[in-house]
Amino acid sequence: MSGKYKEVAYYPGCALEGTAQSYDRSTKALGKALGLKTVELDNWNCCGAMEVKNIDPKIQTYLSARNLSIAEDMGFDTVMAPCNGCYHNLKKAEYDLENDTSSKEVNERLSSKAGHKTYEPGKVETIHALDWIKQSVGEEGLKEKVKNSLEGLKIANYYGCMYTRPRHIFPEKDKGEGSESTLKPHFMDDLLEAAGAENVEYPLKTACCGGAHALSDSDTSTRLVLNLIETAEACGADVIATECPTCHTGLEMHQIRAEKVLGRKTNVKILYFTQLLGLAMGLSPKAVGVHENFSDAMPLLKEKGLA
Amino acid sequence: MTKQSADIESILERLDEIKAMPKPEHTREARALSVEQLSHAEAILQAWVLAHDGVPTNERKEGFRLLALHRQGAKGIPSFNACRESCREIVFQHNVVAASDQEAEQESALRLMTMVVRHLALFVSGKLQVAGLGEFCCASKPLRQSSEIISAPQNL
Repeated sequence: MSGKYKEVAYYPGCALEGTAQSYDRSTKALGKALGLKTVELDNWNCCGAMEVKNIDPKIQTYLSARNLSIAEDMGFDTVMAPCNGCYHNLKKAEYDLENDTSSKEVNERLSSKAGHKTYEPGKVETIHALDWIKQSVGEEGLKEKVKNSLEGLKIANYYGCMYTRPRHIFPEKDKGEGSESTLKPHFMDDLLEAAGAENVEYPLKTACCGGAHALSDSDTSTRLVLNLIETAEACGADVIATECPTCHTGLEMHQIRAEKVLGRKTNVKILYFTQLLGLAMGLSPKAVGVHENFSDAMPLLKEKGLA
Repeated sequence: MTKQSADIESILERLDEIKAMPKPEHTREARALSVEQLSHAEAILQAWVLAHDGVPTNERKEGFRLLALHRQGAKGIPSFNACRESCREIVFQHNVVAASDQEAEQESALRLMTMVVRHLALFVSGKLQVAGLGEFCCASKPLRQSSEIISAPQNL
């Protein structure tokens, strides 16, 4: 273990308190099993998500900056966000505060009005849960801790669209060996392989799941998700591993909808990568929230000796 | 349905035919089908450019018109970058089919390419489906918003 990121500020965001409780549960349980410490941000607020960003991106920048300011006040130089949307927005705020004078002014004005310290870029690093495990424990560290290998489990790793886009807000990516790739991300692949899983070649790792259209145009989302799922099955996957609560929920819900509306039944299971790693560390399905997923993976996990 | 989305629907039908081909035929025709699928991907992006009153480019980027069309289509529309990697994946699988002398590898790459072209078609047709939809990613207006407003009770 490198020691880097051994103790981080934890920003769950709204999704992990709602539809993605199993992601929250499994992230915390996995961290504990790996000897990592997370301290939840005090009085955190929404990152600005999609809604605020669409109305006024500078207010979104402020909202994310406030969370970074809280992390700094709590004495942390790193905040870990498992949600792709939160991760993306905190990184974007960092970039905007560094590069856009107007965003900086709005942040200063609103911070002053709200009565808290103005966040200055460069004080707190935002990382994803994938960075957290990869950089703190790494593949070798994981291998040492595996109690229940994922051997025999074929996985399609699906990263979604916000983990790597837009590229300019992720300056640490695409830096060669050891860094994440925006074209073909591999951190999740690396970690799950270390836990014994067999990753299949999956050509739609960062393709759109239609998450933004989940409610306004469900048919578009269903068709996109069905293609993601059918492609995973065509690649031989038993499971699609996810690391974004919006993608995860979309995949689960539209898998059900595709069967109801289009009559297309698929069998691949949807699990968070933290759930899979937690199982590999010997945690029970309940401890990593498998029962909280819509996608019923229990028969598969039993068949593979993971439950 | 716009003309562009109708064109994409016909591409989707053709992709289904390719997917359903028996393995021997699929393998035998791998190179020709790969070229055909690349042209379908270009046609999809061409539809997007035309729908935005542009003139589809004939330029090439890194040797491929598809990548130049993507760059053209994404100009001023950052959310269109959500299909950038799909375009690059299509080019990659096309190159695998062209370069490989292993039938199994060609066949596998062709099947993956079909799924990615299909995803590109679904993504772009979703964006084209309703005029005035707004930004697809994370800012889409409800599809039937205007009709709902019109039909709302007058006393509200």
